[in-house]
Amino acid sequence: MKINTNSNVYTFVYAAVMVVIVAFLLAFVASALKPIQDANVERDTKNQILTSLNITGLSGADIDQKYKEVVTGELQEQGGKVFVATVDGATKYVIPVKGRGLWGGLWGYISIDEDKQHVFGTYFDHESETAGLGARIKERWFQEKFNGKPIFTDDPNQVALTVVKVGQSKKETEIDGVTGATLTSVGVAGMVTDGLQQYIEFLNK
Amino acid sequence: MSKLFSKENCEVFSNPLNLNNPITVQVLGICSALAVTSQLEPAIVMGLSVTVITAFSNVIISLIRKTIPNRIRIIVQLVVVAALVTIVSQILKAFAYDVSVQLSVYVGLIITNCILMGRLEAFAMQNAPWESFLDGIGNGLGYALILVIVGFVRELLGFGTLLGFQIIPDFCYENGYMNNGMMTMPAMSLIIVGCVIWAHRSINKEDK
Repeated sequence: MKINTNSNVYTFVYAAVMVVIVAFLLAFVASALKPIQDANVERDTKNQILTSLNITGLSGADIDQKYKEVVTGELQEQGGKVFVATVDGATKYVIPVKGRGLWGGLWGYISIDEDKQHVFGTYFDHESETAGLGARIKERWFQEKFNGKPIFTDDPNQVALTVVKVGQSKKETEIDGVTGATLTSVGVAGMVTDGLQQYIEFLNK
Repeated sequence: MSKLFSKENCEVFSNPLNLNNPITVQVLGICSALAVTSQLEPAIVMGLSVTVITAFSNVIISLIRKTIPNRIRIIVQLVVVAALVTIVSQILKAFAYDVSVQLSVYVGLIITNCILMGRLEAFAMQNAPWESFLDGIGNGLGYALILVIVGFVRELLGFGTLLGFQIIPDFCYENGYMNNGMMTMPAMSLIIVGCVIWAHRSINKEDK
């Protein structure tokens, strides 16, 4: 029997069957892979926190191992969560920050010294910044520019650490942004300054 | 075996690499060529992902081409491509998390790539699965080739690096050489693609 592939009934049935098949297929794939994906995401978060403590180059189970060793506790402060870590015998605090880039969300972790005056290390990541431009905030050369920088200038109630256009940094607390990614750099500046500002009580404690 | 690699099939594969290149001749897929070519690495990754997805969506559409109702064929093609891209991205997230993080934006971009829809509509709807597979691989690689050329020029002149390694030596910078910031702007890739098309057409003038 030859089916008329141009009839209305055939078209409707075809579309319905196709949608059901594809929906089941996608639902099956998504739920089958969910536990593995969640484990990956959790491990990735641990790796991001370790990176902000300048511990890089780990993969797989080493990350879980090292994280257990280094991160010793969590504090609930005004402003949110703070991770407490011990690196080479010295206490460090890791502060999670969030911001807005040019195309989507930004997030990161800023680790600070025990005296809460200087940055120890940073990690930044992004949802969908332009590859090769804004996306470069994820690269270590940019993140390492923050290492050792002071958080405050004179006023202990106003976070001074920020990001400026390349070549325009005049003070210790001003970090050069990324060339060709002005709006992403502005986003990072807002994320760093406002993010730390939310923890101002903790920083002055 | 000889039939699988007959002269016609070889042409199906090799034409898109040169004489019928999807970017320089058909001018398809320009949008993503602008977005991902400021450095070499994303250009390569994007080129390979498009190759894989074009090849497999071509095969699937070719297998079901005789059953597809004519009036909703574009929708069917779109559903196949979108489902394929979603499954690939889910699998990457589970088994190659690092790669999937790198690819994040591009996977979404693949669905909207004009080359995919162009090949499905123009080739896979009329041809058998094996030819369609070759056509998909050929067009994907033809696309990747141009992306790599543009990415190479932009990263070298814009950042002085290739794949992240510094190429322009330090003494050039000390003597006043500066990276061309213009190259990092999306507009420059349009100009480079234009130059590539110009060169390509003047070389192939006699053939036409």
